[in-house]
Amino acid sequence: MTDNLPEIPEEPIARTGMFGATGTGDTSGYGRLVVRRKPELATPRPYGGYFDTIADELERALGADFGDAIERVVVDRGELTLHVRREHLPKVARTLRDDPALRFELSLGVSGVHYPHLEGAELHAVIHLCSITHNRRLRLEISCPDADPHIPSTVSVYPTHDWHERETWDFFGIVFDGHPALTRIMMPDDWDGHPQRKDYPLGGIPVEYRGAEIPAPDQRRSYQ
Amino acid sequence: MSAPYDEEVTEGRVYTVSGNDWSELVDSLSGQQDQQLVVNMGPQHPSTHGVLRLVLNLDGETVTEARTVIGYLHTGIEKNLEYRTWTQGTTFVTRMDYLAPIFNETAYCMGVEKLLGITDRVPERAQAIRVMMMELTRISSHMVAIGTFGMELGATTPFLFGSREREMVLDLMEYITGLRMNMAYVRPGGVATDLPAGAVDKVGELLKVMPGRIRDFRKMLDANPVYLARTKDVAYLDLTGCMALGVTGPMLRAAGLPWDLRKTQPYCGYETYEFDVPTERSADVYGRYLVRVAEMEESLKIIEQALDRLAGPLKGDRVMVDDKKIGWPAQLALGPDGYGNSPDHIAHIMSGSMEALIHHFKLVTEGFRVPAGQAYASVESPRGELGAHVVSDGGTRPYRVHFRDPSFTNLQAVPATCEGGMVADVISAVASIDPVMGGVDR
Repeated sequence: MTDNLPEIPEEPIARTGMFGATGTGDTSGYGRLVVRRKPELATPRPYGGYFDTIADELERALGADFGDAIERVVVDRGELTLHVRREHLPKVARTLRDDPALRFELSLGVSGVHYPHLEGAELHAVIHLCSITHNRRLRLEISCPDADPHIPSTVSVYPTHDWHERETWDFFGIVFDGHPALTRIMMPDDWDGHPQRKDYPLGGIPVEYRGAEIPAPDQRRSYQ
Repeated sequence: MSAPYDEEVTEGRVYTVSGNDWSELVDSLSGQQDQQLVVNMGPQHPSTHGVLRLVLNLDGETVTEARTVIGYLHTGIEKNLEYRTWTQGTTFVTRMDYLAPIFNETAYCMGVEKLLGITDRVPERAQAIRVMMMELTRISSHMVAIGTFGMELGATTPFLFGSREREMVLDLMEYITGLRMNMAYVRPGGVATDLPAGAVDKVGELLKVMPGRIRDFRKMLDANPVYLARTKDVAYLDLTGCMALGVTGPMLRAAGLPWDLRKTQPYCGYETYEFDVPTERSADVYGRYLVRVAEMEESLKIIEQALDRLAGPLKGDRVMVDDKKIGWPAQLALGPDGYGNSPDHIAHIMSGSMEALIHHFKLVTEGFRVPAGQAYASVESPRGELGAHVVSDGGTRPYRVHFRDPSFTNLQAVPATCEGGMVADVISAVASIDPVMGGVDR
């Protein structure tokens, strides 16, 4: 009876249960709770406010490259995010900075986010830009696979990215190609691993308190 | 002075100077033909403004290369946040820039509120309290900036003055929040607790005393010939340099651009307050000092307006969002130790309402869930734009929180402001950036 309906693709499971307990550990009845992961957002036009102006002007400035360079556009919570394909990043950044209609002169730096469940786009670099001329804000998001963690450096466009890219390399292992000296900045030079990645443990040791042992923070049973 | 290392070094001889041995060093250097001297300053050095390490290449007394090494105070706050609830996050972020804790908390909470979609529902009284606390903190932070600046140049009076004035603000903080620093007072949805009785009067007293104290600073430093000689035309960084390096805050305003988020992209109701954005055009250390002092005077104006509202039209209003699924339930009443629950609330949950008990328990142990997505919220901290990039996966704990700390970004201006100058001016250049290493390294 549902044969004539289009099939709704089931999103992958984000988590089951509420406490992270598997097997018989969870007696609450919530153990069979299944939470599915939301699909990636992509906002259709119109975006509203000055977001359309930014998109229009960028499309005009980039010309035929726009479709290639901008993977998708997301408008969420009053913020505009352009997902930029990594090979086009330096050109997009330079256009955003120099075009008189865009003029994003001030960059607020680069940070990273690790999404291990997004296959082929595990590592994200996030750049927040601000236009002082037009008083606008914009976020660029660039992804790269864990197996090939390379993103072109934008230090030549925004010199302030020097330390920010070093920090993102240090914490996430994203290699910014073309950075003048991509070395660790927070962790010691001989440190192993990249601490802000989700597969890097928080660390800590169990602590005994009045006869009971309190596990390290990342080992405690907790709500998910 | 210890003997030169016999270890293998890449270039030149190594001398270790540990104080009171300058003449020995000079003796051993006489007759040397070294043109370049590499001086390692810090990380434990009284004039590097915290655990900052500078590696300076000197040609005589001229700095030819300045390199900055950071990371000595890295505490992994951003990583730790991912293992606590959203509310517990304020306890962590307040420890980043420890001279301006309220700003960290407010930026973080604004980010969380944006994700929750409750920005418009945060009560006006809570916003006014946030504004008042932020401006008080701005005064105390600038007091430290100017005070330590004086001390690093060898003048102890500004430091004593600055510490005395800061103490007044910290006493107020203690009175209002229970803690002098790292108070975790601002919470997602509002503030932790309303102003205690008498707080308005105490802030009023500060408003009476502080203008005179700031005037004292001006009398002591504004036209002081020694001070002028050490600050005027030192560490010049013009607007182009500031833009390229992402420098914001007093440094940017001293280069002539009136860019202040409180005016340009207002938050917490700043658009309803009357104040000016002081600027200078000299782009040097002295200009930054003048901007900071003028900002303190403007902050006093804002505090006065906020105080009028808190004591007048907003009296008795809520300080936490009216949403039982988000608002912290405890309704703290401040005890003599700075902590304490309200007896009324305990009676309510323990013998009055089962639902209230469930809500309390769920909110405190599990915390609230934040819809998946990302948000960026920024405030004008004493050092520039402090931004919080907050990412949620829909759970009760942050998925990722990144702080765009102004100290971190502004410190990149050290080579631009120091190279080509005298070694003595390095101290004043670094101090005029006013980096707080807790914020730089996080």
